[in-house]
Amino acid sequence: MITKQSIQLRTPLRFGIIAGVVSVCASAIGLVVLFSERELIAGVITMGQILIFAPTAALAYIAARDHAEGQRGIALLYGSLTGVISGIPSALLILLASAVNLRQFMPNVSPALIEILSFGLPPVAGSLAFLAAMTAVGLIAASFSLLPSNIKRPIFNGLLWTFTIGLFSENISSRVRFFFGSEFNKLIFTGKALDPFVAALIFFLAAGLTVWQGRRQTTHTEPEGVSTSRKSRLRWMTYAGVVVTLLILPLLLGSYLSEVLNNVGLFILMGLGLNIVVGFAGLLDLGYVAFYAIGAYSMAVMTSQGPLGFGLSFWAALPFCVLMAAFAGLMLGIPVLRMRGDYLAIVTLAFGEIIRILVLSDLLKPVLGGAQGILKIPKPEIFGLVLKQPEQFYFVILAGVLIAWFVSWRLSKARLGRQWLAMQEDEDVAEAMGIRLVTTKLLAFSFGAAFSGLAGALLASKLTSIFPHSFKLEISINVLVLIIIGGLGSLPGVVIGALILVGLPELLREFAEYRLLMYGLLMIVMMLAKPEGFWPSQIMKRELHIDEESEMLSAEAGD
Amino acid sequence: MKKLFEKIEYIDLFLWLIRAAIIIIVIWGTVATILDNPYSTRQWTDFVIFGVAQGSMYALIAIGYTLVYGVLFMINFAHGEFFMSGIMTSTVFIAGPMAATGFLNRHPIISLLIIALFSMLVSVGVAILTERIAYKPLRKAPRLVPLITAIGASLFWQNFYRGMLGSNVKPFPQFDILAGSIPLLGTQVLKTHIAVVLVTIIMLIGLNFFIMRTKTGKSIRAVSEDKDVAALMGIDVDRAITITFATGAAMAGIAGVLFALVFRQVHFFMGFTPGIKAFTAAVLGGIGSVPGAAIGGLFLGLFESIGPSLFLQSLGIPAFNQLKDVIAFIMLVLVLIFRPQGILGEPLAEKKA
Repeated sequence: MITKQSIQLRTPLRFGIIAGVVSVCASAIGLVVLFSERELIAGVITMGQILIFAPTAALAYIAARDHAEGQRGIALLYGSLTGVISGIPSALLILLASAVNLRQFMPNVSPALIEILSFGLPPVAGSLAFLAAMTAVGLIAASFSLLPSNIKRPIFNGLLWTFTIGLFSENISSRVRFFFGSEFNKLIFTGKALDPFVAALIFFLAAGLTVWQGRRQTTHTEPEGVSTSRKSRLRWMTYAGVVVTLLILPLLLGSYLSEVLNNVGLFILMGLGLNIVVGFAGLLDLGYVAFYAIGAYSMAVMTSQGPLGFGLSFWAALPFCVLMAAFAGLMLGIPVLRMRGDYLAIVTLAFGEIIRILVLSDLLKPVLGGAQGILKIPKPEIFGLVLKQPEQFYFVILAGVLIAWFVSWRLSKARLGRQWLAMQEDEDVAEAMGIRLVTTKLLAFSFGAAFSGLAGALLASKLTSIFPHSFKLEISINVLVLIIIGGLGSLPGVVIGALILVGLPELLREFAEYRLLMYGLLMIVMMLAKPEGFWPSQIMKRELHIDEESEMLSAEAGD
Repeated sequence: MKKLFEKIEYIDLFLWLIRAAIIIIVIWGTVATILDNPYSTRQWTDFVIFGVAQGSMYALIAIGYTLVYGVLFMINFAHGEFFMSGIMTSTVFIAGPMAATGFLNRHPIISLLIIALFSMLVSVGVAILTERIAYKPLRKAPRLVPLITAIGASLFWQNFYRGMLGSNVKPFPQFDILAGSIPLLGTQVLKTHIAVVLVTIIMLIGLNFFIMRTKTGKSIRAVSEDKDVAALMGIDVDRAITITFATGAAMAGIAGVLFALVFRQVHFFMGFTPGIKAFTAAVLGGIGSVPGAAIGGLFLGLFESIGPSLFLQSLGIPAFNQLKDVIAFIMLVLVLIFRPQGILGEPLAEKKA
């Protein structure tokens, strides 16, 4: 078939190489083996297999959709070519591993990995089988791209729901057992994975719902102009719903998930604080963990019943911890007042490290306990009730988060918040407009530090013992990534970011070792694809797309 | 009198207080140490020699920061990872097998050259890949954005290597010809230290030739002067930037080999601390200036190896060597606060920062 468009082999070649390298790297760094332990649907598919095939499927889909210009034959050709090429690196890996003992160099290229990749077949047959499987995946993805969108969407949603539920089946299963008994649980889950039959049911349910929703939208349109009183009533009902859910959440979730939620809460607190410094005031702070440490150590020293503590009560110590952290923020703020951007980032990073090394050192050991940390920190007590369980501690953290949220929200609307935004935009102009840079900057540092100090104090009380190694640079990066993912300057974004970055890895525990790898990738991918974050603030969105807008304008002007 | 007080901002006052406090601590510590005299002259010479060797490595890494900053005005946070990637890969895949087969000590010079070349290549490869994916598409983005991707790239490479080659500390084989020491300056100097200093000098001369005399070097200098005008003069700016990254990474690759020769072990996290310290060195010498990076590196190395013994020991601080890194970091903070343009930097640096 000769058409106007010649077949360009460069596209599938490039996409295939990218997908192949990604999947072979995922295998070589040990992700595949680790994820294979998590079955999504019992006996059918594991997370590891998804990891191997997903890059190929995604890129073959894109190759077929965007580069074949609607020609079926070419689309299928592109898809299968992408598939074959993406299979080559891993196939080579199988052959190489059978010839050389790769494990002495790369500890994660284990027999288990080779068995997964080659489907348990001998090397040559296995590598051919792998190539065939990849080709099939490419072909399927390409033919999927040819389907009309009213079929595509239900299938896609169905798969998404099935896999999501499968992914979290361990946690869902434990809750189901708690509420409906283990007999019912056995019906849905086989071991820790979804039963294939139930998986099919979920798939059809989700697909069916999508179709139904699509139909409803086309036939039934919302009446214009819903009265404002109804709107505001709706809003209040939403708020009330959120509050009630937040209050009963720990009862529904049980001990383990409440603990996860508590960790998320601490990171939301820190995220809200760093959001003031980075998101509002535009000061990139990489030593944020220092204030967390200061808060935690203040709490520890003041309340600990061990030899290092003064034995105060939690509530008496809490305001001091926050004030200490705020003061530290001020002290850090003064010397770095005249720095911007990169220099500021590196100086704050150095501050964070200095604090950590000092805490670890023998110099401060008599006060802070050195590497042995501080033990015997009491839990908070309220009306004679000691908040021991994670379900109970949840409410303390919830209260902290709500206060921090309220403060940030009011600040962002207040004069100070606007001053921060102006300063972030252009310091010189802001100063010329009559904003006192010194005060404004120092307030940003202090507020940010105070929130982090609060989080640290809560952490100390939650864990009842603290050690210097809990305050690594990792935490600063973690908080920074979560506010970036959520969207700089956006309060709901902080919650979203904390749920994704702290909540998810806690639920997928085998993930833990690769958490930072994922963070690194996420940071790059987010900045390339969606720099304003998942729940952007209006201001950031406008600013980051200003180039595109002006380009569009100039293009229009050019016409 | 009142007017005079109004002119002095309290911020300046605070900064002066910090300066005074540091100077007092340093002088007090030094005088006390000199009076105590805990070390012999020979020990001091040893400190100095170790400082010079350490400083040479910092200098080589610092060049990468300085070159990239000169061209793009950005701090390449992932540079420490370029340093790590080269030597990690060549230790596991080249040096390890060479030592196991005995090739290493039969042909030490050839093996060393192969290791160095391979390590340079890997570092350059990692650098070019990082630049392509994480920096190039973001040239026009706000300055915070490439900074974030740089941190992301750094995290990614660290953990990629951790997953790929394992998280344990890997031994770097011993070269028999570099074992032992020779008498020099009234003390015994380790042969590795001499090799480190010699290699650094050769690399610096080579780099100077490359930047000053070759056409490519000229294009890099032109781009760092003014990108738009350079483009008008027919220079491929993107290519020049890629070459800048590659040059810096090549130096870091060599620094990695030297690091492995001195400390005889490599590890996926080894890029972090030398990375920050080399950045300190680059700032100390004046970021954007190549001779500045060399001088800054040397200065920092000396300061770090002599500092704890000279300033801290006699102040009665227990286990003062734990605070070695604190000295380097405090130095970084002080330089950035009080003299951001560095020793050799142009006064312009403040505007760019």
